[in-house]
Amino acid sequence: MIANEMTPAVSFQNVARHFGAVKAVDALDLDIAAGEFFAMLGPSGSGKTTCLRLIAGFEQPTAGTISIFGERAEGVPPYRRNVNTVFQDYALFPHLNVLDNVAYGLMVKGVGKTERLKAAEEALALVQLPGYGARRPGQLSGGQRQRVALARALVNQPKVLLLDEPLGALDLKLRENMQEELKSLQKALGITFVFVTHDQGEALSMADRVAVFNEGKIMQVGSPQEIYQRPKTRFVADFVGSSNVLPPDFVQRYAGQRRWGSLRPEAIRITRDAGGDAIQARVSGVSYLGASTRLALDTEGLRLHASVPSGSTVPEQGDAIAFTFNRDAIHLMDEAP
Amino acid sequence: MRSDRSQSAPLGLKIAATCGLLFLHLPILLIFIYAFTTEEKSYQWPPPGLTTQWLAVTWNRPDVWEALSLSVRVAAISTLVALVLGTLCAAAVSRSRFFGRETVSLLVILPIALPGIITGIALRSAFSLTDIPFSFWTIVLGHATFCVVVVYNNAVARFRRTSGSLIEASYDLGADGFQTFRYVVLPNIATALLAGGMLAFALSFDEVIVTTFTAGQQQTLPIWMLEELIRPRQRPVTNVVAMVVVLVTLLPILLAYYLTRDGDQVAGSGK
Repeated sequence: MIANEMTPAVSFQNVARHFGAVKAVDALDLDIAAGEFFAMLGPSGSGKTTCLRLIAGFEQPTAGTISIFGERAEGVPPYRRNVNTVFQDYALFPHLNVLDNVAYGLMVKGVGKTERLKAAEEALALVQLPGYGARRPGQLSGGQRQRVALARALVNQPKVLLLDEPLGALDLKLRENMQEELKSLQKALGITFVFVTHDQGEALSMADRVAVFNEGKIMQVGSPQEIYQRPKTRFVADFVGSSNVLPPDFVQRYAGQRRWGSLRPEAIRITRDAGGDAIQARVSGVSYLGASTRLALDTEGLRLHASVPSGSTVPEQGDAIAFTFNRDAIHLMDEAP
Repeated sequence: MRSDRSQSAPLGLKIAATCGLLFLHLPILLIFIYAFTTEEKSYQWPPPGLTTQWLAVTWNRPDVWEALSLSVRVAAISTLVALVLGTLCAAAVSRSRFFGRETVSLLVILPIALPGIITGIALRSAFSLTDIPFSFWTIVLGHATFCVVVVYNNAVARFRRTSGSLIEASYDLGADGFQTFRYVVLPNIATALLAGGMLAFALSFDEVIVTTFTAGQQQTLPIWMLEELIRPRQRPVTNVVAMVVVLVTLLPILLAYYLTRDGDQVAGSGK
């Protein structure tokens, strides 16, 4: 089959991967478009890493078919796939220097020495580590190793780049820098990036589209905005963006439909006057987050979280307050009550 | 407790340590001295006179050369067998999970835990039961039982300290199984194999007990030495051989020590 504009970079059709009785991935359908920055988001054990390993070829599906740019991938060993991985622990070869690490993929393919070392130098420059070639991986910081791992994968010009929690081991500041860098690198190179993470902030800020995984299944696929603002299930609402999950009774009272609903913390407004349609609540927790303060409110046997921007007056723990929200802010979920 | 490192140890401890070290090494020095004695029938202290004639005598004794050659060949082949089997076994035990994995691990180590005399008797009974005549290969077989263990132990420790994702990374970058072994696995376990191989060679080279049961009429160097001590003829020849063996084996052991000394950091533990 000839790849054209419409051929997805990666396509899963009814794919399952079972380990004995454990269904790591179960009946999964997914298309990842060419040139997309795609995030697989989910808690540990949700099947997202297994999915990545299925694309890389380290795992074979128990059932279903996987295609990479239209070519069937089952039974093709990892070394014959035009797909490269940035490993969670980077997996740099400790016995080789940085330049030989980066040139490894070209070396095993039989590219001549001068040519492959030149390509490796260029890849190092691309990840902003020019001149680091002579060092050993052990002499680099975590962030630098991460860049070397990235260069080692990119030098092979893969059709799909897989990233397994690549920022997990980095500290916050470095992580934020790398997020921006990865994103601009992906835009510049136009390579399809598939990115596994358990950090919803990372997934939302970097990806073009996000798939939320739970228990081997995809709960929802969509743009970060869709996932965040219109979660389809309680799990997605809870896992992404820590939305308030509203039980059917509550939703019926305020939105008129007996459905599960979600309400984002920033949609809740604290008011002084308890009149009108304001809801009475007691403040049971206050956490200062810098740009905002997060309040835990107990009302009608329900715990809701509200986000109050910094600068406004913040109630104290134990205060009785009232809150309102725009009725339209309640998002109704597909999940049946 | 004192943490002051410059604090000198008490005099009593210094003397005790010195005596301990002397006790360990003076007898070896004694062997060296007797290699140059003029008295050839008994070990007389102090030596009545010193001479270097035994070096030449030893050089011209064909039985020394035969025993040395047999020992070197046996040790070389046993080490080679142990390197292949020990590495394969270590790879299987540390890289995959299968039913009976712990049992296999224990059974591989068992020959070195068993007294050599048991291994020897067992092999001898097995050989006579199956009508296998004693030969070069029966000695190699006997030695391989414990040489494999040494290589296995070294290799398995190194495999455990080598991150499994290195092999996956190599596959991922386009290297097939052979290339991965050649460019990633081997460089990472090479020093462990070298150390294990040298130890295996040394163990095989001075083995007496198992060899007595599996050699028949053949004489390896240690067995030749043992026989030589009983005969009161040209005794210092044995000492000359012993001295040469000490000097020759010391070098690889020192080399192995220096090669594996820095191997403590975990390979591929990059964060």
